[in-house]
Amino acid sequence: MGAGHHHRIHRPGDSPVHRLPPQCKLLAAAAFAVVVVATPREYVAAFAVYAALLAVVAAVARVPPGFVLRRMVIEVPFVVFAVALPIVGLGERVEVAGLSLSVEGLWAGWNILAKATLGVVASVLLAATTEPRMLLLGAQRLRVPPLLVQIAMFMLRYMDVVLDEMRRMRVARESRGFVARDVRHIPVVARSAGALFIRSYERGERVHLAMLSRGYAGSMPIIQDLSASRGQWGVAGLLPGLALLVLGLWYVM
Amino acid sequence: MDLRIERGERVALLGPNGAGKTTLVMHLNGILTAGHGTVTVAGLPVRGDTLKEIRRRVGLVFQDPDDQLFMPTVREDVAFGPANLGVRGAELERRVHDALERVGMLDALDRPPHHLSFGQRRRVAVATVLAMEPEILVLDEPSSNLDPASRRELAEILRSLDVTVLMVTHDLPYALELCERALILSDGVIAADGPTREILADEALLSEHRLELPYGFAIPGARS
Repeated sequence: MGAGHHHRIHRPGDSPVHRLPPQCKLLAAAAFAVVVVATPREYVAAFAVYAALLAVVAAVARVPPGFVLRRMVIEVPFVVFAVALPIVGLGERVEVAGLSLSVEGLWAGWNILAKATLGVVASVLLAATTEPRMLLLGAQRLRVPPLLVQIAMFMLRYMDVVLDEMRRMRVARESRGFVARDVRHIPVVARSAGALFIRSYERGERVHLAMLSRGYAGSMPIIQDLSASRGQWGVAGLLPGLALLVLGLWYVM
Repeated sequence: MDLRIERGERVALLGPNGAGKTTLVMHLNGILTAGHGTVTVAGLPVRGDTLKEIRRRVGLVFQDPDDQLFMPTVREDVAFGPANLGVRGAELERRVHDALERVGMLDALDRPPHHLSFGQRRRVAVATVLAMEPEILVLDEPSSNLDPASRRELAEILRSLDVTVLMVTHDLPYALELCERALILSDGVIAADGPTREILADEALLSEHRLELPYGFAIPGARS
């Protein structure tokens, strides 16, 4: 059995950040992202402060920078887009190192890059300090529709099972001399994918029967008490709170 | 079909693949509803309004533990059944502990089910049902896919339980080891009912229903 595909992003630990109830962290990360997005792109200093705030969170949570950096590859498509903007942008142009770049495009690229990076880092920190399952329980506490939470929960549980099944099907194909090399082999792979879908669907039915036979009536019983104290909400509120303060300064000045 | 099982009895339900064993099992706790006729368990007819009580009384252990263990951790999975019955707090905690202790899996409390070995998962699957404190435990092919040691360990656990057990299997030695009484289900009817030892010794009866003892196996103590 694969030893937990979804633990690669979670970094078990016992820091004050790890100990916060998941719903506090979820809400704090979301609020922080909203503040970041609401910040005018010309207010460059604010983004530096936001980055510093995240660095403090990472330090308190004992998440090393390398860990965060490696998981930031998810941002690559945005970076490509942001880099393209100054080149294809219209309007006033400036000369930078022999390249003619659009000023408006530069600002737009900076805007996307800065905001996306801060958002991704905040999410990586959230995921690194919170078990996936706790994230879902937190979402449940925050009144995310239970059906969505249940779907995500089953995905988490059966990911390994389905991947394992996929691997077995590949081994079965290859042991009979099939290796997918070019387009002509796509139909075979597609049929395997179809078979995998059917198998997963059937498993879903069996799981549902197993749930029914243990008294399932449409909602998951809430077993773990995840109540957060006022103090914990206060600590979690520090990140978006301080960010909001910085944003406020822009309008005051 | 009339099937009477006394309290505390361990009964094996034997039959070849496709005899309707799993279908019968699914009827026992109202997962499938009878096309015609009715199902009555311990005097209680299986109907919409009695389903909850029926499912508490009849605990089903499915063949594939991956189907049965669907929660993120062992603790939550074992708690799922009793929590659906409305058990909460300390009592829920006690039931989870008791059930896992009875199958010797207490140390796996906070582990995700998919990190356990197959034999361990089967034992946790038994615990998920025990936690509901059923009157009758129904197991579908309990010995399938188990290695010899896990198979023996499960047998020891099943023997140590003080509940009524109905075991659906075509693992005849396992039935002999665990159950005093055996039934043969064939084409949807009970074709034989008697002490396991006598049924397994009746070669003609077995072969009539596509059952046979494994190679080299003889019923201990029987004259041949």
